[in-house]
Amino acid sequence: MANPADGGLMARLLPSRSKGNVQDQFYRLALLLFGVSIPLLFLFIVLRIGTEAWPAMEAFGWGFITGTEWNPVLREFGALPFIFGTVVSSVLALMIALPLSVGLAIFLTELAPRWLAAPIAFATELLAAIPSVVYGLWGIFVLVPWLRFTIQEPLSRHFGDVIPIFEGPAYGFSMMAGAVILSIMIIPFISAVTREVLTAVPRDQREAALALGATRWEMTWQVALPYALPGIIGGAILGLGRALGETMAITMVIGNRPDIAASLFAPGYTMASVLANEFAEATGALYLSALMEIALILFGITIVVNIFAQLLVWRVAKRGGR
Amino acid sequence: MADSLSRRRRWTNRIMLTLTGVASVLILVPLTLILSYLMTAGSGAINIDFFTQLPAPVGEEGGGMVNALVGTLFLVLLAGALGLPIAVGAGIYLAEARKSPFANLVRFIADVMNGIPSIVTGIFVWAWIVLWMGRFSLLAGSVALAVMLIPMVTRTTEEMVRLVPRELREGGIALGFTRWRTTLGIVIPAARGGILTGILVALARISGETAPLLFTAFGNPFMEWRLNEPISALPLLIYQYAISPYDEWHRLAWAAALVLIALVLVISLLTRFLIKDPHRER
Repeated sequence: MANPADGGLMARLLPSRSKGNVQDQFYRLALLLFGVSIPLLFLFIVLRIGTEAWPAMEAFGWGFITGTEWNPVLREFGALPFIFGTVVSSVLALMIALPLSVGLAIFLTELAPRWLAAPIAFATELLAAIPSVVYGLWGIFVLVPWLRFTIQEPLSRHFGDVIPIFEGPAYGFSMMAGAVILSIMIIPFISAVTREVLTAVPRDQREAALALGATRWEMTWQVALPYALPGIIGGAILGLGRALGETMAITMVIGNRPDIAASLFAPGYTMASVLANEFAEATGALYLSALMEIALILFGITIVVNIFAQLLVWRVAKRGGR
Repeated sequence: MADSLSRRRRWTNRIMLTLTGVASVLILVPLTLILSYLMTAGSGAINIDFFTQLPAPVGEEGGGMVNALVGTLFLVLLAGALGLPIAVGAGIYLAEARKSPFANLVRFIADVMNGIPSIVTGIFVWAWIVLWMGRFSLLAGSVALAVMLIPMVTRTTEEMVRLVPRELREGGIALGFTRWRTTLGIVIPAARGGILTGILVALARISGETAPLLFTAFGNPFMEWRLNEPISALPLLIYQYAISPYDEWHRLAWAAALVLIALVLVISLLTRFLIKDPHRER
């Protein structure tokens, strides 16, 4: 331990404002190296995947993104079915998760007494702690059969001919199953952020609304929610980012067929799933490189979504004066 | 007129607030279902063999997952050994540098890295370590998990260090300590509980990850602990068994999932009750 009396106390104290002593300079340098390692790691990720994907980019150009045929045997590599599957399943998941999450957050912040709110909040945090592969396991053996026989078959029988999203045979393993499992997985993220920004709405805003004669719901809907809206949007986009990159659970339930189908009951395929399924068995440099390019596209999309969400959340945090 | 208007408003109020309660119940349903299925389907296959035997060949009864349990333990420990020094160091850097533009950039990149899909992390490590070594390995799997660990722990460490009151730091400086001694001797010990919580939560999370291990650790039906050999992991086995056509393997997958989730939940619960998280008291 430091002994303050061991020689040169003043000498050590005084220069530390400008340059610091030698030990501290070394210490700062070491810390900076740790700090620098993170952007370096990030750059290295981009570089490694980019280099490996380069042959495919050169070979296919933009056609890779717009091509709808994926047939490695015939060396046809079009990534559109995967991009479609990823985007559609994630957006559908967000459409299910967002209203439920906001409902939960309102219930917890505005309505539920403390003894009820704490355990419910804890339970939703548990949802976030369940590993993706366990969701997938449950999806295969419980969710998919249930969706197939209870939801999809009746809907397909009665409305299949009229409404395109309900048409075709009910496989169970489908875009719908993927979206449902994703929505369960992103609810904890969205509701946590929503709850946080709702709690941050100033008390006097609420009280002003109530004093003007607003009902509780009107106070929530017309005052609290608009105030918290940017944060809620940020949380939703963070959830979307999670859904886009989710791999195991959706691979296990979406059916893994590279088609672009209008029906929710038809199997789909996502970028993350095709990587999980085909990467280990990919033969041939071009096939491997095509998968690398899919990884790069997935990386790019999630990075953009995350940056956007991060900027929103930071702006809200700044406005909140923290 | 006014009466019917206020009646409508009252009813809207009641209906909408009830709906928020319904949403909460709907969210709790999957959680209860998942946990109850794990309990009923998983507990039947858990016995002493499960923890001591290697997986049985297809068609044979019994068998266990001791190789996957050992594999997960080694992967997570090695990932911690590789990633935690960097993560904690970077976290302290961010807490000390606070507002410098470069620190803001590092913080931003760490947040963005938290959102990188885990499968992409796996592929990155494949293109780096696996290509370089020419084989799947424990080392590659650990590096993949470490890459996931670093941004998580960096940010929690930073936040915990920042929560330490200024006065403590100033006290150290005023006593004539150098900056590094103030930080390492006073500030970090004060934030130790929070930092540890962040580390444990992150370790719990990576121990449940499958996607980064698919092309790095790869899996191995035998017991293995050498750095340059493929190794099994609990999540990998769950995946492999779940998509297999065999009922016996499905049973084992449920059992493994129950063990995995018990592991993850026990760690999370322990951190919650053992270490007081100053973050929660705000």
